[in-house]
Amino acid sequence: MSAVVTGLRPRLVGLSGYAVAALALFVLAPLVLTDFRLRLLAQFLCLAMVAVGIGLAWGRGGMLTLGQGVFFGLGAYIMAIHLQLSDAGPGGRPSFMVTGSGLPWWWELFRHPVAAVVGIVAVPALVAFVLGYAVFRRKVKGAYFAILSQALASAFALLLISQQGTIGGSNGLSNFQQFFGFVLNDPVNRRMIFFICAGVLLGMVAVVHQLMRSRYGELLTAVRDGEERVRFLGYDPALVKVFAYVVAAVFAGVGGALFVPVVGIISPSNVGVVPSIGFVIGVAVGGRATLLGPVLGSLAVSYAGSTLSAEFESVWIYLQGLLFILVVSFLPGGVVSLVSDRWRRRTDKGSDDTGDEPGGAGGSTGGEAGGDPPPASAAAEVPLVDDPTGQVQPGGVR
Amino acid sequence: MDAVLSQLYAGISLGSVLLLIALGLSLTFGQMGVINMAHGEFIMAGAYTAFVVQQIFSDVGLSLLVSLPLAFVVGGLLGVLLEVTLISRLYHRPLDTLLVTWGVSLILQQVARDIFGAPAVDVRAPSWLQGNVEILGAPFTTSRIFIVVLSLVCVTALGLVLRYTPLGRRIRAVVQARGLAETSGIATRTTDRITFFIGSGLAGVAGVALTLIGSTQPYMGTTYIVDAFLVVVVGGIGQIKGAVIAAFALGTLQAFFAYSQSVSTAKVLLLVVVIVFLQVRPQGLFSVRTRSLA
Repeated sequence: MSAVVTGLRPRLVGLSGYAVAALALFVLAPLVLTDFRLRLLAQFLCLAMVAVGIGLAWGRGGMLTLGQGVFFGLGAYIMAIHLQLSDAGPGGRPSFMVTGSGLPWWWELFRHPVAAVVGIVAVPALVAFVLGYAVFRRKVKGAYFAILSQALASAFALLLISQQGTIGGSNGLSNFQQFFGFVLNDPVNRRMIFFICAGVLLGMVAVVHQLMRSRYGELLTAVRDGEERVRFLGYDPALVKVFAYVVAAVFAGVGGALFVPVVGIISPSNVGVVPSIGFVIGVAVGGRATLLGPVLGSLAVSYAGSTLSAEFESVWIYLQGLLFILVVSFLPGGVVSLVSDRWRRRTDKGSDDTGDEPGGAGGSTGGEAGGDPPPASAAAEVPLVDDPTGQVQPGGVR
Repeated sequence: MDAVLSQLYAGISLGSVLLLIALGLSLTFGQMGVINMAHGEFIMAGAYTAFVVQQIFSDVGLSLLVSLPLAFVVGGLLGVLLEVTLISRLYHRPLDTLLVTWGVSLILQQVARDIFGAPAVDVRAPSWLQGNVEILGAPFTTSRIFIVVLSLVCVTALGLVLRYTPLGRRIRAVVQARGLAETSGIATRTTDRITFFIGSGLAGVAGVALTLIGSTQPYMGTTYIVDAFLVVVVGGIGQIKGAVIAAFALGTLQAFFAYSQSVSTAKVLLLVVVIVFLQVRPQGLFSVRTRSLA
């Protein structure tokens, strides 16, 4: 496969898009939004972090993970445990626990701030590595992987609910006073947390961008589109996939960790099967294999959810179901792909009309003999996972 | 000994519920590679069918007997409707069917909630299904025995159909070599639809069975669907015997784990067992041999 050829222009477009996003988040949002809205936006940003990871694992790597709530929850609970302990002071114990019972040993692990931060990254990464490696090594993939990840989410939520005495059961953990020494009630500190969320999210997008520009990104898409071929070329697809899965898990864990100080509560209802699949919908709506699609889609879905579900709960559920059905069946590239398709068609008109097939989301089909590289292959235009045209069937002989 | 026996009975009855649900799944998943998350809502539809029938017939026993075939038809029709409208567009995108059918299941749950309300509705069990039977000195509730028998009947019937009827031959041919079957003049699309009807119909039957032991509410399907998918994953696709063994194995394991640990730990342990099992046999217990590399 030829290396990704990037023109200057798409790069500039990407950079300027990035700058616009940064400006909007760091300057515009704090200026126009009320404190309440800003807090809501911070919450959405945390959820969008999970979406960025899903975009990498699912959109680029073809691993539909329906269990990101697990990693979100791991990060969130570690953060919550740390905050509870730091509120309680040295040697203290969180208020919700029954007096007399000892503090579980794993609470003590996260008492130190550094240990908590390390845990937020390391624990989801470790769980994802063990599960991912075990599963991918044996070539369990596609639907099987999706089902296993969903089973994981379901089991994890049940496990949390059963731990009434140690992590609050179905009530979860709440009532945090301080965030690493800063009082949470202070609007200034709240704004700081918002900036942290925005910065972290932008950082994650940049990481995914760099990953996808690297050889690794090529390899990941190659594994998605033809795992056996990559194997025959001498790579280990399991390692390629597990890396993307671990990155996605870490993103979800960090998102969960930041979710806790923003929202002030974490409970099993944030991590189970339903929220886990809820993370996926934003990614699907925005565009799973694009850079900004998952973020924008996730933000849009979160916003729609929070405005609609407050007043018309059943309407929101119907809409959510319809979104899943309509977007996935009729617009598998997501909304962003509409925009970028149009943009590509316009740029194509200037050059040769090689890949001008309407509806085909892939400039890659034309690139077999090393002809013109698709003009804008860098940022947002990787062909789709399950593109109906010319996809190698995972079932082999059917 | 009594404790062991009663756990075994609990496992068997859980296993037969899982089997009823997984049978339909392994048909649709095995034959068409379609992951139908709305399968759980077909269960719910079956259960509500039993509820509605019970409003019409005053005799509880009669209504149970009427609702079994009726729920089969209701579930089956829902399945065919889903297949024709949505799934038939997505045969080349198995992961997308999962998401689309999840959307369908969200909508169906909300429909049920809007029609019947969120709280569980009361479906009465006939008097001859109340009470216990002592088997080897440990009690086994009659309703659970009924479910075990029902699922065995369904398995046997399905097995016979698949093995001896022309329809069954067609279904197996499509599972094993779709292209060749089509070349040989089998109408694979019609076969798909019939398979989907049968598979979804079995979900409806499972729903009626579940009214006997669980509560009938809009979210009842989601409780079982994940476990049923695990059964299919462990059992392997394309063969019934895999689903049978896997259902009873997982059901029994879960019952014993739940007894020795707790219900939630049981779920986690079960998942660990499944993942470890897949290390040994990633293709499941039994699988139809194809020449595919995957």
